[in-house]
Amino acid sequence: MDDGCHLVNPTTTAAFEEGVLPTLTALIVALVAGDLLILSYGQAPGEVWRLMLTGTWGNAYGIGQVLYKATTLVFTGLSVAIGLRAGLFNIGAESQLAAGGFCAGALGLLLPAGMPPWVAIPMCLGAAMVGGALVGLVPGVLRARFGAHEVIATIMLNFIVLALLNWAISATGLAVPETLHTPAVASTAIPRLAAYLPAFHGSAANLTIVLALLAAIVAAWLLFRSRFGYELRAVGLQPLAAESGGIRVPRIWVLSMVLAGAVAGLGGTNFVLGYKNYFEDGFSGGAGFLGIAVALVGRNNPFGVLLAALFFATLSQGGLAIHALVPKQMVEVLEGIVILAVAVSVPEVRRLLRARPVRAAAPAVVQG
Amino acid sequence: MSGAATGTVAVRMRGVTKHFGPVVANRDASLDVGAGEIHAVVGENGAGKSTLLRVLSGMFAPDGGTVEVFGRDVTGWSTADAIAAGVGMVHQHFMLVPTLTVAENVVLGREPMAGLTFDRALAERELEALSRRTGLACVPSRLVSELSVGEAQRVEILKTLYRGAKLLILDEPTAVLSPPEVDELWRVLRTVRDGGATIVLVTHKLDELMEVTDRITVMRHGATVAQLRTSETTPAAIATAMVGRAVRLDARGMPVGSGSAGAAEAVGLGASENDDRAAETAGAPPDSMIASSARDRITRTIPAAIISSPAPAPTYTDAPRLRITSLTVPGPRSPCAVDGVSLSIAPGEILGIAGVEGNGQTELVEAIAGLRAATGGTIVVDGTDVTRFPIGKRLAHGITHIPEDRHARGLVLDYSVADNLILGRQKQFSSSGAINRARTLAFAEDRIKAFDIRPADPTLPARALSGGNQQKVVVAREMPPDLRVLLAAQPTRGVDVGAIEFIHDQLRAARRAGKAILLVSAELHEILALSDRVAVMYRGKIVTEMPRADASEDVLGPWMTGATS
Amino acid sequence: MKMFSLLLLQTLRIAIPYLFAASGGVLAERAGIVSLTLEGFMLSGAFCATLGSFYFGNPWMGLLLGLAGGAVFGALHAVATIRFRADQIVSAVAINLMVVGLTRFFLRLAFDSSSNSPRVAGFGGDGNAGVLATFANPLVWLGVLVMPVLAWVITRTRFGLRVRAVGEKPEAAATLGVSVHRIRYGAVIASGALAALGGVYLALDQHQFTDQMTAGRGFIALAAVIFGRWTPLRAGVACLLFAFAEAVQIQVQGAGVLPSQFVSMIPYVLTLVALAGVVGRAVPPAALGRAEG
Repeated sequence: MDDGCHLVNPTTTAAFEEGVLPTLTALIVALVAGDLLILSYGQAPGEVWRLMLTGTWGNAYGIGQVLYKATTLVFTGLSVAIGLRAGLFNIGAESQLAAGGFCAGALGLLLPAGMPPWVAIPMCLGAAMVGGALVGLVPGVLRARFGAHEVIATIMLNFIVLALLNWAISATGLAVPETLHTPAVASTAIPRLAAYLPAFHGSAANLTIVLALLAAIVAAWLLFRSRFGYELRAVGLQPLAAESGGIRVPRIWVLSMVLAGAVAGLGGTNFVLGYKNYFEDGFSGGAGFLGIAVALVGRNNPFGVLLAALFFATLSQGGLAIHALVPKQMVEVLEGIVILAVAVSVPEVRRLLRARPVRAAAPAVVQG
Repeated sequence: MSGAATGTVAVRMRGVTKHFGPVVANRDASLDVGAGEIHAVVGENGAGKSTLLRVLSGMFAPDGGTVEVFGRDVTGWSTADAIAAGVGMVHQHFMLVPTLTVAENVVLGREPMAGLTFDRALAERELEALSRRTGLACVPSRLVSELSVGEAQRVEILKTLYRGAKLLILDEPTAVLSPPEVDELWRVLRTVRDGGATIVLVTHKLDELMEVTDRITVMRHGATVAQLRTSETTPAAIATAMVGRAVRLDARGMPVGSGSAGAAEAVGLGASENDDRAAETAGAPPDSMIASSARDRITRTIPAAIISSPAPAPTYTDAPRLRITSLTVPGPRSPCAVDGVSLSIAPGEILGIAGVEGNGQTELVEAIAGLRAATGGTIVVDGTDVTRFPIGKRLAHGITHIPEDRHARGLVLDYSVADNLILGRQKQFSSSGAINRARTLAFAEDRIKAFDIRPADPTLPARALSGGNQQKVVVAREMPPDLRVLLAAQPTRGVDVGAIEFIHDQLRAARRAGKAILLVSAELHEILALSDRVAVMYRGKIVTEMPRADASEDVLGPWMTGATS
Repeated sequence: MKMFSLLLLQTLRIAIPYLFAASGGVLAERAGIVSLTLEGFMLSGAFCATLGSFYFGNPWMGLLLGLAGGAVFGALHAVATIRFRADQIVSAVAINLMVVGLTRFFLRLAFDSSSNSPRVAGFGGDGNAGVLATFANPLVWLGVLVMPVLAWVITRTRFGLRVRAVGEKPEAAATLGVSVHRIRYGAVIASGALAALGGVYLALDQHQFTDQMTAGRGFIALAAVIFGRWTPLRAGVACLLFAFAEAVQIQVQGAGVLPSQFVSMIPYVLTLVALAGVVGRAVPPAALGRAEG
C-alpha cells in the first residue's frame, strides 16, 4: 500500500490543535470579559493587566506566591486528571485536599516533639496521602459496588467531610482556643524556598513544589508508561473493551479514585507542612474545585496540568495585585469564564478538526 | 392490487449522494416507488440502504441529488416536514420512550389538548379507534418498557399511522422478530397497504421479500444497481445483483481501506485461485445455495460466491477441548437466556451455532468468555473447570473471544493498533510494571504483517482504520499461539468482502492447528461455509445438532424458526 | 405545643428555598441536563433581587430581576451544553464559580462592600417572624405550591410530556419532529428562574444580600432531587425532610444532643445511601448528561 510519506502523524497534529486551540480561544474570551469588567469599574484595562503581570511575575515575592499557589493546584489538578483518565469525574478533590491536610496536621501533633524532621515529614506526607485516599475510596467503592454516579457521590462527600473536619477542629479541643486551627508544629515544617533563595523572602513557596513536580512526573509515567495506566486509560476510554481484555473495571475505578484522593491529599501538605505548619479549617479554599479547571485546561496531561496550574495560580495571585484598582473577585469571574470557554470550544474544535478529511483514514464505503 | 400498475409515483429519488466525513454512504443512488406498493430495498451490509431511506425520511439532508415524494420536490426536508407530508419511518432500533405509555408515545409531537393540559383520555380513545381500524392490537395505557419486541414494533407502526402516514418506511423490520411476529408483521403491512398506504422496507433477507413485496431495488456500494419486479425475478438473480458478479472474491494483494476510495472500491472484484478450497466455488454459485423456500428465514448478506465446502471431516478421537454441561445464563430480558445448554468441541473442530439473533447466542458466548455469570452448569476447557474463572484467568487459559460488537467491546478505538493488539495480554508485554514499548511495537509489526492489516502503521489509532482492518486487529489479537478455545461471534459483521474471506481463512487455519472454535453467526452461509458441525439455538436451547454434511439451509431453517422441534 | 408549631413554621421557612431550587433541578434533570448549577442560579437570584429591590425600592421589582438573573444564567448553561455540547458538569462548575465572582465584584461596585448589601425592601418581617409575617410573604405561598404545580406540569401538560421524552430518549422525540433543543432550552432556562426564586426568597426575607448567602443550599436541593428520585412530589417531601432536620437542630442547639455539623450532613448522607440503593434504587433519567440531542 502506498501510504504516502506522512512525516508528521496526522493524529499528532490534531491532538496538538485540540489541546491548544480551545485554550487560546478561552484566553481571548477571558481578556475581553476582563476588559469589560475593568471598564465597568472605571479603570483602564491596560493598566490593570500590567499590574497583574508585574504583581505576579514581576518580582521574586510575586513569583514565589504564584509558585506556592500553583503547587496546591498541581496536586488537585493531577487528582482530577487521574480520575478523568479512568472515566471518573472527581469533584471531590476539595475534601480530599482538606482531609489530607488534616491528617498531616493531626499526625504532626501526635508525633513526639523531638522527632527529627527527616522522619516526621515523610510520616506526615504519608498521613496526608492516606487521608485523601480514604475520602477517594468511598465514591470509588460506591461506583464499583452500587453503580452510584461518582459526581454526585463526591459532591455529597465534600460536604460531609468538610463538616466532619469542622467538627473535629471545633468540638474536640484540637484547635488553639478562639481559633479554628491546630497549634503549629515546628518539627514537621517543610523548608521554605527562601531558605535557599533569599529573593523569595516572605513568600509562602516551599519545597512541596518539588513534590508537586515529582508527582507530575510519576503521574505521567503511571498513566502513559505503566501497565496500570494502560489499563486505567482503557477503562476510561472504553470500559466494555477493557472488560473483554480481562481488566477488572470496578477494581480500576476504586484504585483510580484512591490514587486521585491520595494525590489531592498530598496537596494539603503545601499549606499545612510548607506554609503555616498547622491545619486550619477551610484552608482548601476552593483549590480542589479549581483543580477541575486545571485538569480541563491541562487536557488531563500531567505536564499540561503543570502549565495550567501556573496559569490559574497567576490569575489568583494577580487578583491580589490588582485589588487596589479593581476588586480581586474579578479573577474568580475570569476563572469561570476560562473554564466555560474551554468546555465550550473543546467539542467545537474537535468537531471542526474531525470534519477535515484525514488522509491516513479513508474507508471508502461504510456500513450503512 | 399493485399500485405500480396505477402509474402514480410515491417516491422518486435521483442521483442521491451522501457523505459522512470522508466516508461515502450513498453515491448516485436512485429509488422509484409506485403508490400503493410494498417495495423492498436490498443490499449487503454497508450498501447504503438505511442511509438512503433516512434521506427520504428527512433525517439526513443529501449532499447531492433530488428527492420527490408524491410528485413534490422535497430535497433536504426535515423529519417534521416529512411527517407533515405523511411520511413515517419505523427504525431498526425502536424510537420509543420506555418510561412513557403506549398512548403517550403514539401522540408525542402532536398531542391532543384540552385547554392547558394534554388530553390523555382523548389520546387513548383515538389510539383505540385507530387500533380497531387497522387491526394492530395494543393497550394504550401500558408502559412501553413492559412491551415485547413485537408489541413495541406495532406501537412504532401505529405512531406513523396516527400521523396519517401515506408512505411507511421500515428499516430492517424483521431483524429482531420471532417467526410468528414476522408473519404478524406481514399481515399488518398488507392491511396497511390495502388501506391505501405505500410501504418501503429495508431488508437483507431474500426470502422475506419474495413473500411480500411487489418490487425490489438492489443497492451495492452506496449506489442503486437494479430495480426488479418481484414476480419476474428469482432469489438467485437478486443475490447476483447484490454481490456484483458471481466470482470468488479475494482481497489478497488488493488494497483494502488504504486511503483511496478508488482502491477500496475495487475490493472484492478480483477473482483469485488463492488456496486449496477456492477452485470448486469459483464461478457461479451452486444453485442449491441460493434457492430457498419462502418458509425459512435465512440471511444472505454473505455473498453466496465466497462459500466453499468444508475441509474433509476430521476424526474426533481426542477428548473435547471445550465441554459445556447444562449451562444456564440469565439475560437482560429473561432469567434463562441460555437454558441448560450442553455442547462440546473437539480439537480442530468448528462448531457453528445457527439461529435467529436474540435466541441466547450472545449470552452463551459471553458466559464462556467470562463476561456474564452463569447461574448453573459447568464450562470445562482441556479438563480444567473454568466456570468460576475471572476473564483474565480465562484468557491466560487460552480462551479468547472475537466479540460481536467490535466498536464497544473489541477495540479501544483511541488506542493505537499496537496497544490494541496487546489488550488482554498487557501483562506479558510489561516488565516491572511498565509496558515495554519496543516489544509491543515489534509484536504489532509482526501481527500487522501476518494479518495484512492496513495501513501497516502500528502507531495509528484504531479509529483511523476501516471496519475490515479493525476487525483484523481483533482477530489477530484473539488468535495467540497458546489459543485453546476461540469464541467467534459474528466475526465478519459489517466487514468488507475482502476482509471476510481473510478472516475465514484465519479461522480455518486455526482449525488446522487443532484449536476448538465456537462460531456464532447470523449469516447461515458463514456457518455452512466454516463449520464441521452445526447446532441450532432457539429460545435459549440447542434444539438440534448435526454434522455439516447433513446441514443445509432447508434443513436448518425450520429448526431456527421453531417450526421443527 | 407552641414549640411544635414553631418547629413546623421553622421547617417551612427553611424549606422554601430548597423547594424552589429542587423544582428547578427536577425540571432540568428530567429534560436531561445535569443540575449542578442550582447553587449558582440561587445566588444570582438573590443578588439580582437585592439590586432590583434596592434601586426600585420595591420587592416585586426585586422578584422580577431575580427571576431574570436566574434565567440568564440558565440560558448560559443551556447554550454551553446544548448548542456547544460542553460537558454539563464542567459548565456547571464554571457557572457556579462565575456567579460567586460576579456577585462579589458587583457587590463592591454597587454597594462598595465585600460582605453585604445595605438593607433593602423585602417581603414580610425579617428575623424570627411569626406565623402571620411568614404567610404575608407571597414567596412562601409560591414555594408551597411550586412542587404540586410542577408535578402537574410534568405529568399533565404537553410541555411536561415532551420534557420527559427528551430526558429519556431524545432521539425518539426528534424523529417525531419534536425539537429536543427547544424543549431543553425551555427547561433549563425555566430551571434557572425557578432556582433563582430560592435565592430571591433568601434575600428578600433577610432584606439584604450577603456574600455566598446561599451557603450550599443549591446542593442540598440537588440532594433532594436525587433522594426524591426525580419526581416533584417526592423531591418536595425530601426538601421538607431536610428542612425539618435543620429546624430540629436549631431548636435543640446547645442541648448537646448532636453536634450541628452532624445534622448538616443528614441530606448528604441520605443521598449517598439512596445512591447506593439501600432504600430503593435511584434511577436517573436515561439521557441525563448526554450531549447528543
